[in-house]
Amino acid sequence: MDQVSMYNAKCETMPREELRQTQWERLQSTLNRVYRNVAFYKTAFDSHNVNLERLRDIKALRELPFTTKTDLLQSYPYDMFAVPLRDIVRIHTTSGATAKPIVVGYTQNDLRNWRECAARLLTSAGVTQQDVVQVALHYSLFADGFGFHQGAERIGASVIPASLTTSVAKQLVIMKDFKTTVLVSTPSHALNIAASLDEAQVHLERLSLRLGLFGGERWSEPLRRQIEERLRITSIDTYGPTEVLGPGVAGECHLRHGLHINEDQFIVEIVDPKTLAPVPLGHEGELVVTTIMKEGFPLIRYRTGDITRLNPEPCPCGRTFLRMDRITGRTDDLILVRGVGFFPSQIEEIVGQFGGISPYFQIILDQEGGVDTIQVRVEISGALPSLDEVKAFESLRLQMAARIKAVLDVDAKVILLEPGSLRQLAGGSERVLDRRPG
Amino acid sequence: MLKILNLDAGYGALRVLKGISLHVSPGEAVAVIGANGAGKTTLLKAIAGVLKPHAGEIVFDKRNILGRPAERIVRLGCCLVPEGRHVFSSMTVRENLLLGAYCRRRENTAASVQEGLEQVYDLFGILKERSSQLAGTLSGGQQQMLAIGRALMSRPKLLMMDEPSLGVAPLVVRDIYETIVTLKRNGLTILLVEQNARAALAVADRGYVIETGQIVLQGPSRQLSDNPEVQRAYLGKEYRRIDE
Repeated sequence: MDQVSMYNAKCETMPREELRQTQWERLQSTLNRVYRNVAFYKTAFDSHNVNLERLRDIKALRELPFTTKTDLLQSYPYDMFAVPLRDIVRIHTTSGATAKPIVVGYTQNDLRNWRECAARLLTSAGVTQQDVVQVALHYSLFADGFGFHQGAERIGASVIPASLTTSVAKQLVIMKDFKTTVLVSTPSHALNIAASLDEAQVHLERLSLRLGLFGGERWSEPLRRQIEERLRITSIDTYGPTEVLGPGVAGECHLRHGLHINEDQFIVEIVDPKTLAPVPLGHEGELVVTTIMKEGFPLIRYRTGDITRLNPEPCPCGRTFLRMDRITGRTDDLILVRGVGFFPSQIEEIVGQFGGISPYFQIILDQEGGVDTIQVRVEISGALPSLDEVKAFESLRLQMAARIKAVLDVDAKVILLEPGSLRQLAGGSERVLDRRPG
Repeated sequence: MLKILNLDAGYGALRVLKGISLHVSPGEAVAVIGANGAGKTTLLKAIAGVLKPHAGEIVFDKRNILGRPAERIVRLGCCLVPEGRHVFSSMTVRENLLLGAYCRRRENTAASVQEGLEQVYDLFGILKERSSQLAGTLSGGQQQMLAIGRALMSRPKLLMMDEPSLGVAPLVVRDIYETIVTLKRNGLTILLVEQNARAALAVADRGYVIETGQIVLQGPSRQLSDNPEVQRAYLGKEYRRIDE
């Protein structure tokens, strides 16, 4: 597939100089709007002595304060919206069920621009109107499923909203019977599907699958090769946190050397996560995104927490938009498992609701056959009365796992340990052990 | 074609424009909409060189024209149709049009001026009919056509229009806007300033919304027409509710 197909070639190949003017105009109007309409930004700009009338170019972004995930959490539910609620036509939330989630509102125009971004991403990956696209991502509350869904409809593909609630077995039946050519899911879900091929006695020859678009969790190159070999597909990496937009912020083109950022809609910076100073172009650091087209939920210098690097080299595909490397890590301790993100503190909170438990616990992340697993090791306190009853243990264990599943939507294996075995970890960084490769 | 960066302009100590940036690409029609006093006319005057800006950058056809005299800017191909027409009422229609060609007197030949006249007459049949009538006796709409025709006589690359629908009967507004569509189709680049957002967004490819001297919204015309805030403020779709 060497011919380059683009959804909006005029925009995606815009000369850099033109792009700079466009970005600046859009940034200026976004700043003027958030200052007028969002109390948070008015306060933030005023307290940093930012005079918007004096900003002269995109570099002036550096004078503006950052927006953090905490800021967004504290704005729950609608305080960051830049338009009245009646102008909002869609509401999504991030994951995070115990702590309140981040609520993101979209206007009619936001949805249109989102569709455009997702359509660009799918087109650059090689999806056409001939394709049957199976979207195996969360649809409930989350933006992921909807983002790809609308983009695929926009380019005229046949879209199957399989969602993630469908079992892997059923996913396979759909894939086989409906002649799915493109799978959209988390990488680990794709591996799950691959793993169940034998069990379901479905031979690869009977599938029409040729392409996979993956996102929602960090995944390594070895995992990528594994998915490609086992499903015999080409895989494409995508990026798009819900707060920023959802799927469509960035994605690989068919050359798969970095993810093109839709720079007509987003301005990106890379900063040192510790000093928050900008790093030289091409160096690794935290990705900071400013939205310049969003009406409902605009973000100024949002710290994504994702670690990556920008590649200023022009891409042979002809797109002029900058590329970023695949996400290599997180600045905070947010744990991403199969597309769902949560913090260790949330596990702590859930486990703490049960009696007879010491405050010490440990989370161990690993991979089995390429699929993320999570193990929660909990220490019981000596005060538990029926220590000798295996049954009581077992039921406590299962209750905890069920509770974690109910609240965080992750399948965790809970292991109970003797009193004292985890104590030395208290407050240490080893509360989370990530043994996943990559 | 036209690129403006961080333009500051005003009258004396009064700052009307506070860092305006916008651009118009060749062949594009761009609308600037906003309420009375937002700074729309000041913007066009600053581009045309009628008003000397305080700061910023105005690049027309790759040349920096900030602070250049108005007659130079017209000669470069950037021509303004001012608000309120300003036709010479004691001169005939034809004389008004010929004056429009005056700035090109060195390049022009009798034949090229005549050709220009014919083109304007093709566009506005009524001007041909009334060519020897005094401009002051024309109706508001006809005067507007004359003002556009006079600007076209300078053979502009970029035509700027300030409120072409102001004080013109609704039916004539339609005629004028149909002419704008024709001009655009013929490849002319247009920058349009309007309070009549509906009409302007209908012909423009893109638009900017200006509010107290700053741009607060910009985008493709369709997105602006669909924006509820624009609808409430400029398209009269509904009134702002009391509870807001």
